[in-house]
Amino acid sequence: MEKFGFSISKGRQIDWDSNDRRIADYIREREPSFKSCIACGGCSATCTTGNFTHFSLRELNILLHRGENTKPGNDIRKCMLCGKCSLVCPRGVNTRNVVFLAKQAFKKFDGHAD
Amino acid sequence: MQTNPFVIPFNLGLYFILIYAVARSVIWFRELSRPDKLRLQRGFFGKAFGQSLKEIFLESLIHRKILKTNPRLGYMHMSLAFGWFLLILFGTIEADVFGQNHLNPPYKAIFFKFFNPDHGKTFFEQGYSFLMDLILAFILSGLLLAVIKRFSSKAVGMKKTMRLKTLDKVALTSLWLIFPSRLIAESLTSGAYGTGSFLTGSLGSLLASFLPAREAAYPFWWLYSLSLGTFFVLLPLTRYLHIPTELFLIFMRNSGIRTGDKAGTFSEVEVHSCSSCGMCIDRCQLSSSAGINTIQSAYLMKAIRNSDEISEIAHNCLLCGRCDQICPVGIELSPIRMIARRAGNSENNYVNSWKGYFRSKQNVPVPKPDSKSSYDFLPGSNPGKADVLYFAGCMTHLTPSIKNAMTRILNASGLKWSFIDENGGVCCGRPLMLAGQDKEARELINYNSQIIWKTGAHTLVTSCPICYKVFKESYYLDVEVLHHSQFIKNCIDEDLVKMKFLHKRVTYHTPCELGRSSGVYNEPKDVLRHVTNLETTGFEDENSLCCGGSLGNIMLSQAKKRRIAADVTAELTRNNPDYLATACPLCKKTLAPLTKTIVADISEIAAEAIVLPEIKKNSERHKRHVRESAGIA
Repeated sequence: MEKFGFSISKGRQIDWDSNDRRIADYIREREPSFKSCIACGGCSATCTTGNFTHFSLRELNILLHRGENTKPGNDIRKCMLCGKCSLVCPRGVNTRNVVFLAKQAFKKFDGHAD
Repeated sequence: MQTNPFVIPFNLGLYFILIYAVARSVIWFRELSRPDKLRLQRGFFGKAFGQSLKEIFLESLIHRKILKTNPRLGYMHMSLAFGWFLLILFGTIEADVFGQNHLNPPYKAIFFKFFNPDHGKTFFEQGYSFLMDLILAFILSGLLLAVIKRFSSKAVGMKKTMRLKTLDKVALTSLWLIFPSRLIAESLTSGAYGTGSFLTGSLGSLLASFLPAREAAYPFWWLYSLSLGTFFVLLPLTRYLHIPTELFLIFMRNSGIRTGDKAGTFSEVEVHSCSSCGMCIDRCQLSSSAGINTIQSAYLMKAIRNSDEISEIAHNCLLCGRCDQICPVGIELSPIRMIARRAGNSENNYVNSWKGYFRSKQNVPVPKPDSKSSYDFLPGSNPGKADVLYFAGCMTHLTPSIKNAMTRILNASGLKWSFIDENGGVCCGRPLMLAGQDKEARELINYNSQIIWKTGAHTLVTSCPICYKVFKESYYLDVEVLHHSQFIKNCIDEDLVKMKFLHKRVTYHTPCELGRSSGVYNEPKDVLRHVTNLETTGFEDENSLCCGGSLGNIMLSQAKKRRIAADVTAELTRNNPDYLATACPLCKKTLAPLTKTIVADISEIAAEAIVLPEIKKNSERHKRHVRESAGIA
């Protein structure tokens, strides 16, 4: 069949029932400042790892809160914990602990991160 | 009278503790690594033995280090330890000289008065009784301080004292009962026979005036024996295990054994040598500024001893090293904390067997090393050749003024240098190490090592003390690693850069990672003295404060970090200096928002002082100078 460049786009709705928000809950419980993120992206702009890859803490934060854990699970290990993000954060989110806890949570719940 | 049933509790306790000490020592010795065993053997026949005896006398008995920092607290510890030692020593001599026969069993010396109630009639015997009373009075004065300390620690000059577990409290009570019960028992016996010296004699005659002294004494001899017996039996389960263990610690340390990075016999001995004196609590800025009173080193030691959950205690610490400096026992507290961090939060490495009397290492299956690389995205790089490398570090990239100042100084020095992380390099690895993730850190270390090695440089200058420490200790490189303060000092000494005097008043904040952690105290101050009026702050060198921003603490909230930083800036800017100087970008970043004083890095002050030499026009150097001042790199 001739291809005209049209396709049916995938569904983009977020299904709260099927999504797994245990990881976000685990972090929120232990590091309450995680809640005050406004997704400004300052952390991603200064990120040492972000200089080399598409790793973004802002994206990670959004995906984890939605419960879409596959990408964060693969990405989280790339962080070098250097802490620049926590210094630029205008909301005082303790980002190093967020990453540290996320690694722990992935280990505990589904083994995405080693 | 040869013996009496009341000595049984004391005898049982004493023989129990002796057998226990032997068994425990054998177990610990067997768990030592082979090189450490050799060190111990060499130490036993070498100089270390004499040194250890001297140190045991000065530290375990006299408590010299505590006396120096806090005389009242030192007196309390000394009177109990040294006094008790003297009491046992002179008691044994007394029993040997004045008793019916020589080489008595220990109980004859401890309960000498009971078995020799007539003792103390002749002049010489009276003199000896006086000595024994004096020692007892010495101990009781310390005991009085100890009791007061439990209710108001301020009385002995401490802000906070340890919270104890129940068993510790029972042992504490039995320890406290030992000496008063001895006093009353001896006094009553003396009163009945008309002997005793200024303490037991006078108290005895007073009590005998309205009590049937001979009958009343007997229950107190029982109490004395029981409290001794109870104390001995509880000793291995409580903090009082530090009394015998500290002797081993001193000997092992003098033999050259160190904590290292894995848990083992030595760290076990250290953990059990902690007496929970609580001096680390007052020293901790998390306690004094941020109101956190559960995580200090004494609590970490306690939690490890009790096999409690230690993850939070281990991670909620600035790793500033102030407690390492003050610890009177000399325990390597920060390395033990790092071991706890590396062990992770899931498994307890130790099991308590036989009601907690013997802890043994549990065979936790070692987790499979993950072969997957975390940082395989890092590109290969081909840096140019240079003699001197400048590694700014992540934190310096957030404080560009330091970066620019260093560029000026390096240019002025005329050396052939290269800026290896000019466009933002890779982290040095120390932040991962501080979080206990050594495997990941090693990957970054290898990556950076390759870049440095490829440049063929002989010197590596870094602006960040965090990087400095890891380059110095964990990189295996054939380059001289310098912190920028050391580099500037070298430039001044070798006359590479001319600097003028700035006529500014400056106080200096020593960064923890540069000072206590790496031992670089003098170079930064020398540089500052060369270009400014450096003033003292009362927080010099080992006694310096932590800014609170330390990457060592992953859990501390921003608000609490600010509280610590506010207290620090208040202390350091008390005399309104023109600059508050520091040598760490992270310290600068943490302190600057909390004070009106300008917080400047040493490199910025040095760069301000640079005098460029008169240079011939159109020389290469002149052209570079013009380009530079026009802002073209």
